[in-house]
Amino acid sequence: MSTISIIFTALFYISLFIFIVGMGRKIYQFSITPAPLKIPTAPTPLTQTGVVFRMIREVTLFESLFRSNKWIWLFGFLFHFGLLLVLVRHLRYFIPGDLPEIFLLIQPFKYAAFAMVIGLAGLLVRRIFVSRIRYISAPSDYLMLLMLIIIGVSGVVMTFTNNHTDVMMVKEFATGLVTFNWANLPTETHFLVHLFLVFVLLAIFPISKLLHVPGIFFSPTRNQVDNARKKRHISPWALKQEKEHAVRLDQTLGKDE
Amino acid sequence: MAAKEFDIPKLPTYIEIPELNPGIMDGDGPFKSVEEFQTPLGFPGEKVDNWKEVAIEKMGDLKSKYRSVQVFLDSCVKCGACTDKCHYFLGSSDPKNMPVARQDLFRSVYRRYFTFAGKHFPKLVGAKDLDDEMIDDWYNYFHQCSQCRRCSVFCPYGIDTAEISMAAREVLDTIGVGQKYCNQILGKALTVGNNLGLPEPALRDTLLDLEEEVEEDFGAPVKYPLDQKGAEILLITPSADFFAEPHIDGLIGYGKVFYQDGVSWTMSSYASEGANFGMFIGSYDIMRKASLRIRKAALDLEVSRVMVGECGHAWRVAYSFWNTLSGVGAGAQSSDEHAMKLQKQLDDRYPQPQHIIEYTHDLIQRGKLNFDKSENDDRTVTFHDSCNVARATNMGGIEGGQFILPREVIKAVCNNFVDMERSTIKESTFCCGGGGGLLTDDLMEIRVKGAMPRMQALKEVEKNEGVNTLAAICAICKSQFSKVLPKFDFDPYMIVSVHQLVSAAIILDKPQTDINDADEAEVVETE
Repeated sequence: MSTISIIFTALFYISLFIFIVGMGRKIYQFSITPAPLKIPTAPTPLTQTGVVFRMIREVTLFESLFRSNKWIWLFGFLFHFGLLLVLVRHLRYFIPGDLPEIFLLIQPFKYAAFAMVIGLAGLLVRRIFVSRIRYISAPSDYLMLLMLIIIGVSGVVMTFTNNHTDVMMVKEFATGLVTFNWANLPTETHFLVHLFLVFVLLAIFPISKLLHVPGIFFSPTRNQVDNARKKRHISPWALKQEKEHAVRLDQTLGKDE
Repeated sequence: MAAKEFDIPKLPTYIEIPELNPGIMDGDGPFKSVEEFQTPLGFPGEKVDNWKEVAIEKMGDLKSKYRSVQVFLDSCVKCGACTDKCHYFLGSSDPKNMPVARQDLFRSVYRRYFTFAGKHFPKLVGAKDLDDEMIDDWYNYFHQCSQCRRCSVFCPYGIDTAEISMAAREVLDTIGVGQKYCNQILGKALTVGNNLGLPEPALRDTLLDLEEEVEEDFGAPVKYPLDQKGAEILLITPSADFFAEPHIDGLIGYGKVFYQDGVSWTMSSYASEGANFGMFIGSYDIMRKASLRIRKAALDLEVSRVMVGECGHAWRVAYSFWNTLSGVGAGAQSSDEHAMKLQKQLDDRYPQPQHIIEYTHDLIQRGKLNFDKSENDDRTVTFHDSCNVARATNMGGIEGGQFILPREVIKAVCNNFVDMERSTIKESTFCCGGGGGLLTDDLMEIRVKGAMPRMQALKEVEKNEGVNTLAAICAICKSQFSKVLPKFDFDPYMIVSVHQLVSAAIILDKPQTDINDADEAEVVETE
């Protein structure tokens, strides 16, 4: 194996390790942190089924964002939906041997890459030119978009221009990562940049705003059922406090019933 | 201290997103609390020496106790969807009043001390040190948030600035930088029983006067009972209802509805406050202390129903939190002795707690109330959805009931009702500008500026539909509007309680007096 292939193979495992451990820890932290009070935000579903549908609408249609701002929604949706299709298409590299037929359905959607890049470009333009959004942006917010744009554009370059890379070799490399049967990878610069930035993205996922992905599912204003009067909701720390009469205020105020 | 001069915002035909004016609302914030008010609540009397360590430790404590804080601090992608949603931003144009920027005052510190990226690359991710300047910014700008939750409706992740502003205020209190208005009031509520510090004899006198006045004006012996053991309903209402205008006309209305239904009810001198400022300062413990007074009153008076008067955040605390904090509600596990003690006593045929609007609405539905709607014919009414009711509670157990029921009640007693523009009502309602512990004169500038979006929508219906009455079901909204309406060339008396409208139109039976008279006559005869 070439040195560059060894480096990228190692980078893959390192970034994947950081991703899995980091996300695991973060999701664990979210899940063990109690939500002591009922705080769903209107329009609020009154049943668990309603909450499930609300969450599905939020993560598939970006319902609240649509209500909020049509431009951000449009670009955000183009990017995320494009990315989803692109990711599914990329699975073909990781599945050893022939593809299950179901994947043939997704293959025509290679143009999704454009939706992704257009969406990202729109978001970047807004971040630069809308003064309110510029005000709230840190360098990392621009870098994140730039990184995704470079990933998207380098992918587009490989798919739609004459700078194709050897996809069979890519597949061998990628399946090799999955099956621990390591192989060389193509060394065109745009491919290496593409791949490297994806690894970076994986690694920074658990320490950046990309945490919005698990975050939405744990958001109490979105995932709680509005049934506070019907069912007593109490967190472990509050229950402990209640049992021990542990709230300590000044004597005059602190007496429990 | 002389009030700061400031320009009253103009009311445009439609609301434009303002150009950013960084620093325009910079300042010292509201009057700071002092030892006298801090100590009883368990907070230091002044800024502690090691405030930085204490603050960071408290932040860590809060984010481990509140999932909302942890998830919201981590999840924001700075998409900008919330940036034009806050009434204080729209009215003041200070960028730190954009919800995300307000949160970032807290988030940047969280990043600096609690995240890998912020510890090692603070500049890159916008992480900031916690210094005196930052604390000043926190104190100033987290007291320019009314915790109305409008931003949360529009955030793709539901990030609720109210949760962050509550957390920030709790950190501030913990290091001894409290707000005078809230903390002084809490001291009164937790010792005397209400925010005004009105002791039992004064309250009793007030209610007796009210009874006399109502009987004189309406010819029916409507009672306003206090501490009546064994009554069916315990009414918890904001203490503003006992004396403030227009609030008291709402209280008169509740009494008339109870009278007409023939139900026995009482208020409590021990728990004579619906408002719970513990929520504003973000303290679970203090909010719980205040709620426990209501629990104790319900147990002592042996009532079977607990009802809440017209108060926005009181209804949020009652509807969403009471069951958690003090067991006033239903559905506790049988092993849960604390909650069961009360829940066994409460009548499960009724929602517990119940809002006075739900109660009146139910009576109207069952045809138990008769109205002469023409009494309100001089009014064209619009309804202001109070933020806490609209975005954090429900009524009637139907989706959107908190929007439907008050409007149904108004329509049952008024012939002329119109709504304001859709994007300014219901879940998108604009705050009155005085909620969240901001209803104090030292914050008048932000209160007036923050009222602009609501005033703008009101001006439109005034111009186009001839609206001359603004009805609300929140004590803070009513007080705030009384103050700010004239600044925008409205009649300050156009703000009314919904139950004031009910009170004007309700037709009272007067049989009880007749029967009593007849009884007395008989007694005399037999003698």
